[in-house]
Amino acid sequence: MSAAEFDMVIVGAGPAGIAAAHEAVNVGLTVCVVDEQDAPGGQIYRDVERVAMERAHDLDVLGADYKYGFGLVDGLHASKVKHFAGHTVWQIERDGTVWCSDGNKAKCIKGRRVMLATGAMERPVPVPGWTLPGVMTAGAAQILMKSAGMVPSGPIAICGSGPLLLLIADQLVRAGANIAVLAETTTFADYVRAAPHLLRALKAFDYLQKGMAMRRRIKAAGVKIVSGISALEVVGSEKAEGVSFKAGAKTHRIDASTVLLHQGVVPNTQATRQLRLEHLWHAQQHYWYPKTGRHGSTEAAAIYIAGDGAGINGARAAEAAGRLTALEVACSLDAISRENFDLKAAPWQSELDHHQAVRPLLDAMFRPPAEILNPPNDSTIVCRCEEVTAGDIREAARLGAPGPNQLKAFLRAGMGPCQGRMCGLTVTEVLAAAHGTSPAQIGAYRIRPPLKPLSLAELADMEAGDSDVTLGSPSSGP
Amino acid sequence: MLKRRHNDGKVVTITVDGETVEARAGESVAAAVLAHTEGATRTTPVSGAPRAPYCMMGVCFECLMEIDGQPNRQGCMVRVTDGMSVRRQQGARDMETSS
Ligand code: FES
Repeated sequence: MSAAEFDMVIVGAGPAGIAAAHEAVNVGLTVCVVDEQDAPGGQIYRDVERVAMERAHDLDVLGADYKYGFGLVDGLHASKVKHFAGHTVWQIERDGTVWCSDGNKAKCIKGRRVMLATGAMERPVPVPGWTLPGVMTAGAAQILMKSAGMVPSGPIAICGSGPLLLLIADQLVRAGANIAVLAETTTFADYVRAAPHLLRALKAFDYLQKGMAMRRRIKAAGVKIVSGISALEVVGSEKAEGVSFKAGAKTHRIDASTVLLHQGVVPNTQATRQLRLEHLWHAQQHYWYPKTGRHGSTEAAAIYIAGDGAGINGARAAEAAGRLTALEVACSLDAISRENFDLKAAPWQSELDHHQAVRPLLDAMFRPPAEILNPPNDSTIVCRCEEVTAGDIREAARLGAPGPNQLKAFLRAGMGPCQGRMCGLTVTEVLAAAHGTSPAQIGAYRIRPPLKPLSLAELADMEAGDSDVTLGSPSSGP
Repeated sequence: MLKRRHNDGKVVTITVDGETVEARAGESVAAAVLAHTEGATRTTPVSGAPRAPYCMMGVCFECLMEIDGQPNRQGCMVRVTDGMSVRRQQGARDMETSS
């Protein structure tokens, strides 16, 4: 079997991926989108087609910004884009080779250019008790509303910070969920720090207006809102029974059977790490992002990145960025001239600028608190898979583990099924604090293929001619 | 524990640890199991601690379940189908990966 070849292979069918696919096909490129989910939309527009067809009343609960995704996703089926849905990518090589599997059989696809649109994930929130059943990310609750029309039976405690936290609380209110408390880690000082960015953000007044309206609705629904909380803990032994936190001089204990945690979203860097691309540290938002040049280009000539995977800017910015990257790719393949690029790119560039205008304000306002970044309590679990605590990591640091990769040998942290997705950022922060240096100095886990566990059967089922597949082959680095 | 807000959608029947459970077409296995039970959907290999799905988007691997005889499937990434058999996992299951 020779690998199927395309001008552009796009990994991920969220806003960046879909928009890029549309744009690339329009200028005559052959395009393939590989996506882990069986329906397009990414997490933000997850199952939007099914909801529109089967549970249209849920569109009111999820709101206009979700409904908007229908228009974007809808065109994909009719277009000339080849869509490999339900395909998990397990290895990408710098020459544009993409290995994926539909769960039964592994496949090899070749792109003259590859655009990664693997999006974001929620920042893990390591607080005492966060591994208990009944604790989920706020995003998980949103996914359940989108994909299953389900809400937690409640009472629900929603804890953390960030624009998404408000949105999800608002959606849960509209869905009639029983919310015991919305506890925000955001403090007055955060608002003061953010104030200087207000002027620029006024350009994106629509964002601010939406945020204020959500807050008003949540309050009007009678939800108890507590701001400036700290020392957050999930209480319970076999499952979550409630939360406790401090606010001012007071300690609160609130009963809840579901606890939703959220501290913003961070780029999903597994694929860009596996490609050994250079990553930079976002000092304000405390996350890694891959270094990109003009419109998502990278140090590897065949590899481009667009959307939240390149740095958090939100869905609408991702869409504009995806289109710009597709045009840049088309330009690099001589499918369009530079003059034509400038013409086509201009509206998307101003769209991107608009959606990025609010970001400095949001980044300053919703900074993850220190106690989430570097859990002060030694017994707090950091690596959920291998059950490694913050204290274990500090002890390993004392014994000489200099960085995350050495920590694997000491503690097996990051070596479980999630391959460090859940503990990577925290491990970096805890080690940086223990060694009195910066996260940027400490670095991150090295990520090796396969990006997701792959069964031997999936590999064995590859057709003859694919037998030369080697995981972590030399072309993808050591 | 989760509840369905309405009863739209095709009813499919699955078994969870041998018990017959009604679910709706399109739901993930993780969602269907959480709508049926409160508490753990697996215990950890290291200490036997109770765990349940955390992210619902394929990154945390807390939703590992045995689905139609195959261990360590991500329950949040698989949609239910009629007649599906789901088992909660206790402790370690061989990952059978090539890594
Ligand atoms: S719940 Fe996180 S991977 Fe399934």
